[in-house]
Amino acid sequence: MAGKTLYDKLWDQHVVRMDADGTALIYIDRQLVHEVTSPQAFEGLRIANRKPWRASANAAVPDHNVPTTDRAGGVDAIVDPISRVQVQTLDKNASEFGITEFKMGDIRQGIVHVVGPEQGLTLPGMTVVCGDSHTSTHGAVGALAFGIGTSEVEHVLATQCLLQKKMKNMRIRVEGKLQPGVTAKDVVLAIIGKIGTAGGTGYAIEFAGQVIRDLSIEGRMTICNMSIEAGARAGMVAPDEKTIAYVQGRPFAPKGEVMAQAIEAWKHLYSDDDAVFDAEVVLQGEDIAPQVSWGTSPEMVIPVTGAVPDPEAETDAVKAGSIRRALDYMGLKPGMKATDIPVNVVFIGSCTNSRIEDLRQAASVLKGKKIAESVEMALVVPGSGLVKQQAEQEGLDKIFTDAGFEWREPGCSMCLAMNADRVPAGKHCASTSNRNFEGRQGAGGRTHLVSPAMAAAAAVAGHFVDVRSVMA
Amino acid sequence: MYQFTTLTAVVAPLDRANVDTDAIIPKQFLKSIKRSGFGPYAFDEWRYMDIGEPDMDCTHRPINPDFSLNQPRYQGAKILLTRQNFGCGSSREHAPWALKDYGFDAIIAPSYADIFFNNSFKNGILPIVLSDELVQQLFEEVEANEGYKLTIDLPSQTISTPSGQQIRFSVDPFRKHCLLNGLDDIGLTLQHADEIKRYEDARRISMPWMFND
Repeated sequence: MAGKTLYDKLWDQHVVRMDADGTALIYIDRQLVHEVTSPQAFEGLRIANRKPWRASANAAVPDHNVPTTDRAGGVDAIVDPISRVQVQTLDKNASEFGITEFKMGDIRQGIVHVVGPEQGLTLPGMTVVCGDSHTSTHGAVGALAFGIGTSEVEHVLATQCLLQKKMKNMRIRVEGKLQPGVTAKDVVLAIIGKIGTAGGTGYAIEFAGQVIRDLSIEGRMTICNMSIEAGARAGMVAPDEKTIAYVQGRPFAPKGEVMAQAIEAWKHLYSDDDAVFDAEVVLQGEDIAPQVSWGTSPEMVIPVTGAVPDPEAETDAVKAGSIRRALDYMGLKPGMKATDIPVNVVFIGSCTNSRIEDLRQAASVLKGKKIAESVEMALVVPGSGLVKQQAEQEGLDKIFTDAGFEWREPGCSMCLAMNADRVPAGKHCASTSNRNFEGRQGAGGRTHLVSPAMAAAAAVAGHFVDVRSVMA
Repeated sequence: MYQFTTLTAVVAPLDRANVDTDAIIPKQFLKSIKRSGFGPYAFDEWRYMDIGEPDMDCTHRPINPDFSLNQPRYQGAKILLTRQNFGCGSSREHAPWALKDYGFDAIIAPSYADIFFNNSFKNGILPIVLSDELVQQLFEEVEANEGYKLTIDLPSQTISTPSGQQIRFSVDPFRKHCLLNGLDDIGLTLQHADEIKRYEDARRISMPWMFND
């Protein structure tokens, strides 16, 4: 009998019951809740007069809608009345149903996918869900983590389970070594460029290979975060010594003897040598250059040394149409060099790239420099209050503000522009976020997905540049 | 809960691949704490010439005449015909809520994003997968025939075209059962509450670190 993949093992450990047609009821260890996709779920519980199955399995934090500017007035001072009601509704629901919440004034508040691992709420071997597609982030510690819709949020609240069919197994190996200046973000953009935004549909992806092993846990989070941009609901990395060191000592992590037991169990969470994958993709680390997305889908990505594609060269009519529409929306010409794309707005933040290492990378490029005159707006939005505090202790905030960046309060911010932070129509934004869809960062805004280091370099130059050429 | 058995309705074409959930329902509308009322804002950025805001009265907004769903011949459509990877992007269930509220009960496409596909069933929308060739054929027929209607029969898993062609489609048996009977997932799962409890109790002993209560 063939061995098991990491996903097979995680799946098997969570099956409560299985029907003949393969529909399984799987147990959920942790649900993270935010203000946008939860109000209708709590309302559903109330209407059916149901209680949470296990309130302590849930944790809540407002992130999508919170202002990133001055918060002295608290929730009641949120200017947008509809956003305010949503944040107030989360506060009310968390307190009514007995769910731990990191409220807006709490230093632990931040983006749900930054806060979960930071607090030790996400552990290796867990099933982790959240009403947000970037829940795949938590797979970086060796959890089975995936995004769900609001009906499923309600289902987990009420039953601590989900009805699921098992996904297929895909392994993406990134072998070799990365060049200096090339980061986890470039790796995942290169993967999406290679397999496409539907390449991982129906699969759980395990990221493996020397490059992945060499990455920090935060780097692995960046990779797993964007699994969904490759179509896969779940991405994961087998836990190792780095994972254990990362988890140890976090507020909600196990302690003492229980932690020792946990570590023993986590050592078995890896794909067996003879495990069979339904699909396998291999990339070579040395071949990956810093990436820039040019279009309106994350697969529309090129190396910074490359050029924008020409629809005339595309033989598939549907694809050629997509390229034409994207070029038109982005205001770019076929064949234009990536380094000739101007940058008017810079956003460093989001659940993809707002952790301390991301801020350090960007700051190392910015140190002693100023943003270009053509850059009208440059924001740094730390992923959590604790990340912000750490950055300030290291003096990173000073490097950013000296360069001309605004130093903001934690939240999702301009990644999806639900709060007041938006890219104006027609402007090009170098963004460390995860989606470049039409209107994502503001109606008419033009998003280019890049790493924090590339965003910082673009801020200084006023256009994209190969960060490798400006590094000391 | 929603029920779906058979449907005969006008088909509206949306000839784009990778239609994402931000396009189906832009983020400014996600601030609502309700499940209803998203229909007038479905495809807001493509559908209207101005920028939509929550609670806006859409009856007098300038519409984009080039957007297919705005054409008079597709008014009242309940079946959406589109291209691959429909519903990619975020997990927002507001996307199927908006499509359902707009009037769509079924979608036909070569492929869907996983989370959207799942969310659709839970809101009484039947997402049907057909081959690229069949989807292309239907696009051509819709374009050529004003008032083009299809009949979707879920019990027999067939689509009938006006010319009498019968197209078979597959659907997961469990999801079919739930749609045909309008079953509530939570109610179904709670029938197994004892099994869940037994699993949980055993897990508390074998993996105590998973529990912080």
